[in-house]
Amino acid sequence: MSEGENRPAFRHKSAEIAVAALFFLLGAVVVWDSVRLGARWAEDGPQAGYVPFYIGLIVCLASAVNLVLAVLSKRDGDKTFVQVGQLKLVLAVLIPSTIYVALVGWTGIYVASALFIGFFMRWLGKYPWWKVAAVSIGNSVAFFLIFEIWFKVPLPKGPLEALLGLN
Amino acid sequence: MDEIQSLIQGFVVALSFKNLALMFVGIVLGVIIGVLPGLGGANGVAILLPLTFSMAQTPGGTTSAIILLSCIYWGALFGGAITSILFNIPGEPWSVATTFDGYPLAQQGRAGNALTAAFTSSFVGALIAVIVITFLSPVVARFALEFGPPEFFAVYLLTFCAFVGMSKEPPFKTLASMMLGFALAAVGTDPVTGALRLTFGSTALLSGFDFLVAVIGLFGIGEILLTLEEGLAFKGAAAKINLRVVLDTWKELPRYWLTSLRSAAVGCFMGIVPGGATPASFMSYGVARRFSPNGDKFGTGQVEGVVAPETAAHAAGTSALLPMLTLGVPGSPTAAVLLGGLLIWGLQPGPLLFVEQKDFVWGLIASMYLGNIAGLIVVLTCVPAFAAILRIPFSVIAPIIIVICAIGSYTVHNSNFDVWMMMVFGVAGYAFKKLSYPLAPLVLAIVLGDRAEASFRQAMLYSQGDMTVFFSNTLVGTLTGLALFLLFWPLLAWLVRRLRASA
Repeated sequence: MSEGENRPAFRHKSAEIAVAALFFLLGAVVVWDSVRLGARWAEDGPQAGYVPFYIGLIVCLASAVNLVLAVLSKRDGDKTFVQVGQLKLVLAVLIPSTIYVALVGWTGIYVASALFIGFFMRWLGKYPWWKVAAVSIGNSVAFFLIFEIWFKVPLPKGPLEALLGLN
Repeated sequence: MDEIQSLIQGFVVALSFKNLALMFVGIVLGVIIGVLPGLGGANGVAILLPLTFSMAQTPGGTTSAIILLSCIYWGALFGGAITSILFNIPGEPWSVATTFDGYPLAQQGRAGNALTAAFTSSFVGALIAVIVITFLSPVVARFALEFGPPEFFAVYLLTFCAFVGMSKEPPFKTLASMMLGFALAAVGTDPVTGALRLTFGSTALLSGFDFLVAVIGLFGIGEILLTLEEGLAFKGAAAKINLRVVLDTWKELPRYWLTSLRSAAVGCFMGIVPGGATPASFMSYGVARRFSPNGDKFGTGQVEGVVAPETAAHAAGTSALLPMLTLGVPGSPTAAVLLGGLLIWGLQPGPLLFVEQKDFVWGLIASMYLGNIAGLIVVLTCVPAFAAILRIPFSVIAPIIIVICAIGSYTVHNSNFDVWMMMVFGVAGYAFKKLSYPLAPLVLAIVLGDRAEASFRQAMLYSQGDMTVFFSNTLVGTLTGLALFLLFWPLLAWLVRRLRASA
């Protein structure tokens, strides 16, 4: 890896602060919605928001402590959260996976999976096309047999399955 | 000896041809899951759970289904050791401590010895834990029959406070992560009043967050992303086990009987109190290093350094089922997923299970004995085949694992929304792992959130909002007191350190 690849993309400290702040925000949302529902003691016992109110409150308090600890943490002990090279690898999987999930809703899971696996093998693995086709299509056919035929668990299907009359 | 008689009855159930076959299928699947990065006990069982829905509806089907799923769990426990020893990659968090001495042994060309020692001590640890379950769980269940809502809430409180007091992670991170789990559990319809909570008008959120999706995302996708940072290839030692190596290692193992017993005790304790397999394996490695005459050589490739964490991890993983069966409070994320399975199949985990579902409970316990024997045989004979799985290039195996995770999330409720949630949980799991926010309390809170809240509200109704109900008798008072003690343990430990430092 070159010099630039080992450079930190994010510092540990910034990641700590970001996650703690996100926790605080989520806690605040929970508290806010619980107050809307009523977080008190009614005639017939605790209201719907009673327990979530305190849960949200504890999330806020705990993340406030985490936030303060993160801000106060020493600069020189500040480790790298993720290096540029590592982040590239992670994104190389995360972005195609997100596109894959979006595809599932449109083409069904079998076609999307074949494309997804094929893309990986060709792009990261540099396999010859026939291997790519064999593994990616074979995988989808195997899953089709296991889920639709043996276990009778229907998975999302799209235009191709409709065309083949497999719905 | 009622237990022995019930156990024999259980063996009759477990020894049917169908159940034995499922046991082997489960073990093999489990080892594969344990070896693969990104798939582990918890999310492996979670992905396969929907496949058991139809199986569970046939007569005796729930027993077969739990045998299949629990054997996947045993298999995953065995499988974690293979990657730790041969590749220095812990396939499961509880096998991290196994790498300390296991990998050096493999580098010295003694991989076979290390693997045999690991598998055998896993087996011993599990066996001791199953014996504990056999004799202790009926007692606990009988005791728990007397429990009312305040007692159950106190048990839940104890479970969650134990996480804060006993985890290695910073206490406020444990607290934040756990409470986020409770908040996620609260999303959807309020079980008591029917009011919609935290849905913000979204129909997808009406049924709330399913913990199976969270488990698949946090442990599956998150783990894949973490593994990726290390690069795309695995480099490992060759695995060869022949009968001579096995017999040689077995001759050596009895020397470490004290370490085994100590580790099994640590493991059983940490499994029943929800500390879990991971801290148990670290703790018993530490204990063994302190007490062993060869303690200073630990880390350079000592067989004893493999025996200690493996025995403890397996004992903890197995005994985590004891509170799950008797109280409905799982001791580990995988036990939580199994508990979710019971609920989906229409069984009510808890003390009544031992009265109303005798065949199920004792069939499961008998299958634990048989499953671990089957597991030992399978892993000892098939190690090279399993190790070969890791030689499949990452560019092939990673997308397949992601596809499996996506299918697993979809089948929970047949909804694409869950697949999106899996991705969100995956990114969260990656960040949480890197920043040492523990995942186990988060998952347990999602599973137990509704039940804990229900028992709290019932207790509050019964006492008219008086909090002293949690101290109203010796039993509930002891449980609550112990819970508070564990909750404030990090603070106490910190104060003691400060006092010592200033003195």
